[in-house]
This record gives sequence, structure tokens and C-alpha cells, in this order.
Amino acid sequence: MAKVVAVTGNEAVAEALRQVNPDVSSAYPITPATDIMQRFTSFVSNGKVKTEMILVESEHSAMSGCIGASAAGGRVMTATSSQGLALMWEELFIASGTRLPIVMALVNRALSAPLNIHGDHSDGMGARDCGWIQLWSENAQEAYDNTIQAFRIAEHLDIRLPAMVCLDGFIISHSIERIEYMEDDKVQNFVGEFKNLNPLLDLDHPVSYGPLILPDYYMEYRRAHAEVMSKVPNIVLDVASEFEKISGRKYGLFEAYRLEDAEIGIVILNSAAGTTKDVIDLFREKGIKAGLLKPRLYRPFPYEEIGNALKHLKAVCVLDRADAFGGSYGPLFIDIAASLYPHKNGPVLFNKIYGLGGRDYLPEHAELVLNELAEVAKTGKVKTIKEYIAVRE
Amino acid sequence: MKLKGWKKVTPGAVCTVAGSALEFKTGSWRAFRPRWIEENCIQCLFCWMYCPDMAVNVKDGKMVGFNYDYCKGCGICALECPGKKGKKAIVMEEEGK
Ligand code: SF4
Ligand code: SF4
Repeated sequence: MAKVVAVTGNEAVAEALRQVNPDVSSAYPITPATDIMQRFTSFVSNGKVKTEMILVESEHSAMSGCIGASAAGGRVMTATSSQGLALMWEELFIASGTRLPIVMALVNRALSAPLNIHGDHSDGMGARDCGWIQLWSENAQEAYDNTIQAFRIAEHLDIRLPAMVCLDGFIISHSIERIEYMEDDKVQNFVGEFKNLNPLLDLDHPVSYGPLILPDYYMEYRRAHAEVMSKVPNIVLDVASEFEKISGRKYGLFEAYRLEDAEIGIVILNSAAGTTKDVIDLFREKGIKAGLLKPRLYRPFPYEEIGNALKHLKAVCVLDRADAFGGSYGPLFIDIAASLYPHKNGPVLFNKIYGLGGRDYLPEHAELVLNELAEVAKTGKVKTIKEYIAVRE
Repeated sequence: MKLKGWKKVTPGAVCTVAGSALEFKTGSWRAFRPRWIEENCIQCLFCWMYCPDMAVNVKDGKMVGFNYDYCKGCGICALECPGKKGKKAIVMEEEGK
């Protein structure tokens, strides 16, 4: 029987990692992800997992350790946040370019400066084009479920790509929620035994990693990477349907909430989607046809599927918990706009930046956006395409 | 060598064939060429040990010359060569002279 527990998001991710019992982990603490690895290292010390734990002096080394261990032929995971992810920057590309199926929990936190430890999406958004898979999670349950599924997706022999599981710092990582844990053996059967591909430690079949690839071949490798990324959505769906069989919980590439007959819609990632859904219910009660789309697979971005899910709406507001300085709009807005580009008669779009550095996103903010959406749907006109929510003038 | 298309490259650029560097001749990178002066050679094999490209040919335990298909002309062998009575057994000469 599944176990119902009251735990924080970090605790749930650590539990998933204990159940998966990876071969190697290499990590360095950073708020708010610290708690995941702190709990996991206790599992190591108490003999609850057989993981070889490598404690390093920086995140650059943490990811380097993961790369080495993954190339050697192990199932590998780590966790980080914000500046830690930023310090891994160089290694992120090496992990993905070398096609190493490392799984990493990214507890989303704002980037310095000014120094801030609270939740926003600027870390994950900064790494969105580094060739990793990104799964985003609304709550502790999704973070737990995504972590388990991430191993199956990343390690799939048709892709072999590293995967990040994103969850909101503090709002999810440190808040206690009711979630369901699966039994250990169910999780272990689901992830299965780790399958190797060209491991360095197979001494009978020697290989070398990290060769110099000059202009005569570099572009072929990048083209191949793009092709592999394009295979990810189907694998994510296959893994999700298998996961549904053992958990009863359904996952897709994104969540569409009351969207089918909607006229206005909000696109939003992670925890703020929960608040927004509540407000959408209130608007529905008033007879306003509002809906929501919450991307789950953010990289690779399922442009076609998301475009098709939104094309019938009259107006859509994309809420970004990260800014893109000098790029005219927030990162999620840019992707949604690209998804709707082929649909000439698609919805009118506008963009709100909210919740930076952990600024609260409240039901009244969703209400403001939905009222504006209703107005835009009526007139077809947007006053300002990009605006900031809940910022003092 | 015919270049492969993107569908044929190995995942993650991993080299799965041991010794495949042999197919990649780096001799054309050379700006300076080592010249062996046999009468000054004491057969210490320092050159063979230090060469980063395994471009010093050794036969029956003796230095016999260079493999110019791979020698990049770095000059390490010439620097390390003790030679005989202060006379080097390897000198670097500009290519194309
Ligand atoms: S010049 Fe450099 S590469 Fe060439 S033989 Fe000497 S040590 Fe080797
Ligand atoms: S280092 Fe000089 S002396 Fe020694 S074997 Fe090589 S060429 Fe001869």
C-alpha cells in the first residue's frame, strides 16, 4: 500500500532518491536544496542506500564528479539551487553533450545580486538551453513523482540525456504537504536496473570520453543532439503512462486545467499554478470561461502540443517567475509566443512578471490577471504587453 | 577519409574504437621539425619517454628516428635530449626551409 505522509518537498525528493538508491552522488550544499542532500547523506551514513557519496568543495566539482561517475557507468544524481547551478554552468553542457543520464533536483531560487535565497525561476531559466531535460513540479507530490520518472526518462537508451527536476524554493521545498509515497519495491521495479552505454570501467571494451571535435564534426554532434531532444516528449509520455499504472497519478507534457472550452487562459509554471487554479474555479462559478496551462516538460518544449492546446483561446496571459533582461519578454512568454506562431488566428498574448526573489503570488494577483484577460478577450486589445505584478512604484 | 553525417556520429562523441587517434594524422600542424643527429645520440630514450605524441620511433630498444605523420614539432624531445659531450642529438629546424 502507498503511504500517505505529511512532508516537505525536499523530504519527498530525498525519499524518492533513497528509493531509487543510485550508485553515486556528488553534491555541495546550497539553500534551499541543502536539505535534500542533508537527508540523503543521512541515508548513506545509516546504510539505507548503497550510494557512494562524494562530498566536494563546490558545485563545479559536484557536477564534475557526477560526470565522471556517470561516464564510468553508474546511476548518478545530485541536487542544487541558484548560484550552485550557475557554478555548474560549464559542466551542464559537458554532461548533456556527453549524453550522460544524470538526474538533478533543482530547487528553484533567485540569482544574486542582490543576494536572495527565495524562490524564483531565474536559475532554471538560465539553464534552459543547455541540452538537459527539464521537468517542472507544482507541489511535493509532483516533485516526488517527477524525480522517480526522471531516472527512467534520462536513462532511456534512445536518448541518454541528463534531466533536471525543478521545484519552487521554500514554497514547495520547505512547506509540509500531504503526499503519497509508493512502496520501495514498486519504485525499484519501475526504475529498473541501470543499463550501461559505453562505460569507462568496462575494461574489455576500452573507450575514451571528451575528444576534441573540430569544425569538421562539431555541427554534426549538435544536430544529433537536437534530434535526440526531439525524441524526449514521446518517452516522457510512455514513462508517464507506465507510472500511472503503478501510482494512479496521471502526467502529460503539460497540465491543461479547464482549458478545453475556455476563452481566456493563464500559462504558469510550478507552485503558482495551484493558487491560480483556485481563482479560475471562482471565475468559472461566475460564468467566466477561464482555464490554465501548466508546462511540465519545459525542455524540450512541446511547441506543437502546447500551440494546439492554446490556439482556440481568445486571450492568454503568460506569467513568468523570471525576467529576461534585454530579451523583450519573460522566457516562458517567448516559448508560448513561438508555440502560437503557426496559428494566425490564435489568442492575443500578454506577459506578467511576478514573484521574483520569493515575492508572494496571491489569489488577488490571479484575479487581476483574469479580469484583464476578460477585458482583452472582449476588445482584442492589450494595453501593455509586458508588466510586473505586485511591484512598488 | 569520408566524413560521416550527423546520423552516424556516436552518442556523446565517445570514442569506442581503441587507438583510433592513429587515423588522425597531426604532422601537418608542425611548424618546426626535429632532426636526429645519430652520432650525438647516446640512446638514453629520453626523447621517446617525453614525446607527448609517441612520435619517436624505437626499434629493438633503440631510437631510430621520428614518425613525421604524427610529430607536431613541439620540441620537447630536443629540449630533453642530453646528447653527447654537450652536443644535442636532436635539433629543431623550421619547416619548409
Ligand atoms: S617534436 Fe614533439 S612531437 Fe615531435 S618527436 Fe619531438 S617530442 Fe615528439
Ligand atoms: S634523447 Fe637524444 S640522446 Fe637520448 S635517445 Fe633521444 S636522441 Fe638519443
